[in-house]
Amino acid sequence: MTMTPVRSGGRLTTLSAALVVARRDFSAVLFSRSFLAFLIGPLFMLAVSALASSVGQQVEQNAGRPRLGVAMAPADTAAMTAAARRIDGELDRLLPELVPLRAKPGEAPAATLAGQRGAVDAVLSGTPEHPVLTGSAGMVEAQQVPVRLIAAAALDTRPRAMPKVTLAPVAVPSGTNKIARMRTAQLGQTVLFLLTMLLAGMVLSNLVEEKANKIIEILAAAIPMDAVFLGKLFAMLAVSFVGIAVWGLAAGGVLLGGGHSLAELAAPAVGWPAFLALGVAYFAMAYLLLGAVFLTIGSMASTVREVQTLSMPVTMLQLLVFFFATAAVGAPDSWMARTAQIVPFSSPFTMLARAAMEPGLAPHLLALAWQALWVTLFVRFGAQLFRRRVLKSGPAGGAQGRSGARRWLRLGRA
Amino acid sequence: MKMDLGNWQAAGNAPDSQPVPAGATTDRPLAIEARGLVKRFDGFTAVDGVDLTVPEGAIYGVLGPNGAGKTTTLRMLLGIIDPDEGVRRVLGAERPHDVAHAIGYLPEERGLYPAMKAHEAIAFVGALRGLPLAEGRRRGKLLLEEHGLGYAADRQIRQMSKGMAQQVQILACLVHEPRLVIFDEPFSGLDALNQGKLEKMMRGLAERGTTVIFSTHVIAHAERLCDRIAIIAGGKVPFAGPVDLARDRIRPQVRLETRAAEGAWRAALPADARHDRKLDGSSFFYFPLPESGIEPLLRALIQGEAGILSLSIERAGLHDAFVAIAGEAAARALDANPEEERAR
Repeated sequence: MTMTPVRSGGRLTTLSAALVVARRDFSAVLFSRSFLAFLIGPLFMLAVSALASSVGQQVEQNAGRPRLGVAMAPADTAAMTAAARRIDGELDRLLPELVPLRAKPGEAPAATLAGQRGAVDAVLSGTPEHPVLTGSAGMVEAQQVPVRLIAAAALDTRPRAMPKVTLAPVAVPSGTNKIARMRTAQLGQTVLFLLTMLLAGMVLSNLVEEKANKIIEILAAAIPMDAVFLGKLFAMLAVSFVGIAVWGLAAGGVLLGGGHSLAELAAPAVGWPAFLALGVAYFAMAYLLLGAVFLTIGSMASTVREVQTLSMPVTMLQLLVFFFATAAVGAPDSWMARTAQIVPFSSPFTMLARAAMEPGLAPHLLALAWQALWVTLFVRFGAQLFRRRVLKSGPAGGAQGRSGARRWLRLGRA
Repeated sequence: MKMDLGNWQAAGNAPDSQPVPAGATTDRPLAIEARGLVKRFDGFTAVDGVDLTVPEGAIYGVLGPNGAGKTTTLRMLLGIIDPDEGVRRVLGAERPHDVAHAIGYLPEERGLYPAMKAHEAIAFVGALRGLPLAEGRRRGKLLLEEHGLGYAADRQIRQMSKGMAQQVQILACLVHEPRLVIFDEPFSGLDALNQGKLEKMMRGLAERGTTVIFSTHVIAHAERLCDRIAIIAGGKVPFAGPVDLARDRIRPQVRLETRAAEGAWRAALPADARHDRKLDGSSFFYFPLPESGIEPLLRALIQGEAGILSLSIERAGLHDAFVAIAGEAAARALDANPEEERAR
């Protein structure tokens, strides 16, 4: 018997095969209702936070407005309160609230204040020409200028209309010193960590869904498992970028609307464009590394509950890694910082902080290459585990009645 | 492009009962050659030294009870898992993924993305095998049309019945026109009508030179379709070869009806002959054809005045051959799933 030669055409490369999987996953996730909910979830939270903050400010403003009891002659009291009402609107309610008091004849202002039992913060006595403000040192100090304004308005010795001041805010860098840059570094790390944790969770249930759909064997038969893993990671990365773009635009809009800008932070040592580009690159690496681990876990688990159970230690470890990287920012030349730069999982966070603190792009290229190597290793390792442990025998590995969790736990002995 | 896979939807109720001729298959080049395949899971040997040679263009059945090692063997041939020992060559390649574009596969556990439309699902499976998506969509619609499912081309898989989704999946594994198709338990989940149509489709594929391998625990399918089979039991292959050779492993059965029940002629019958007595006093005897042939027995019956009412010699069926080859334990495991067998 003879063997026929193999036809060479038509075979997919690993990358092409990964793209087939990525394209399917990307469109499936992007156009799903759950992704829409996932996308608007943080926006909804942002809106609620903004609303709560606005309400809080209002409450704080109202609660923080001092109340001054006016214990002057009735005509003076009326003149003072009328003047306060008149100019308060023009001053955006910056003036204290004036509350007319009926002081007993001959009663000292301090006694009047004490008799109010906290209903007013200070007592205004005397006359508009010579007002006397009685209260705590801080209170009378803080309220003397507003009281002078009100008294002047009551005496009508100042112009009734107060000219509006044109505001011209400019970006004033808060400094380029080490501490200011450290704040930028920590902010960058925090954003990177939050995005990674939020989005890497998406890949968790991906393979479980795949196994529930029982299509994983079709994929495994047609293309190498490396390509399946890579494809899923690429798809989820692309989906993440969509999420980041949407959230970034929304957050940027909110910040710009609030009169803030990036310039309020110290400029990173590598400059903003390079810092942002490195942020994207390090996010991709952190996401791919964590995603590869989660994907491996997802391939071992057979239910969403199992996935959650198995991923919990990884999530906690990732939190530790983040704290490790954050601590390293404070001591950039220490062994801890060097270790954090080398350990694959903390490397993206630490190196992003380095970009904020120290100039030079060469170390970042090296770090990205190093992290890419680990992504490759994790993907290969995960794919091998998957092939070895999941597609064992019978229907989708379940023939022998073992749970995915038990299989996973046995890995240590494999 | 006409994708002639045999008209599944238009096929008649009764499958063609004539098996594909086994002649000359051994002269063909090999689609699959596997030697000494071994696969162990946690100390359990699922497949233990399996040898398989499948000629191109053959319909090859892998028979065995559930848990015999059929799926594991097929997964090794497809490269889903690697053997711990042994070598395999699929369409001439040592790594099955190198020829994935020429292979179609229907796994035992059916699965498609529920949100995908039927023609998109077919195109996706084709794309995994190297077929451009646009071409896959075009062929997908064409295939569905040809098999009477054109009305469901834009229907999501989740909106389909289980049987219809299975038909879509079968078409999906053929969309890239593979040279080798591997079906794992393809008949399970299909009603009798669609089982017949699938048999017809498999014959159509073989006639055009496509190698078809399928696993089953229902012997009747293999008996009707296959020119060669492998029997797997306990992870081993006690038999692999032409169906006729399997049948020839056991002697033909003699069915004898006599007027008398006793007599000197009874000594000519084998000791293990089964005897049933009818109400009218006549007797039935069943026994394997003696090695000495039928003539000495006939002479003894006539001389002993047994009163022969009828005598027939029947060739063993594949089920009997399976029992004889795989053993009683395997047969019992097979009989533990008698529903589909009875449905035949």
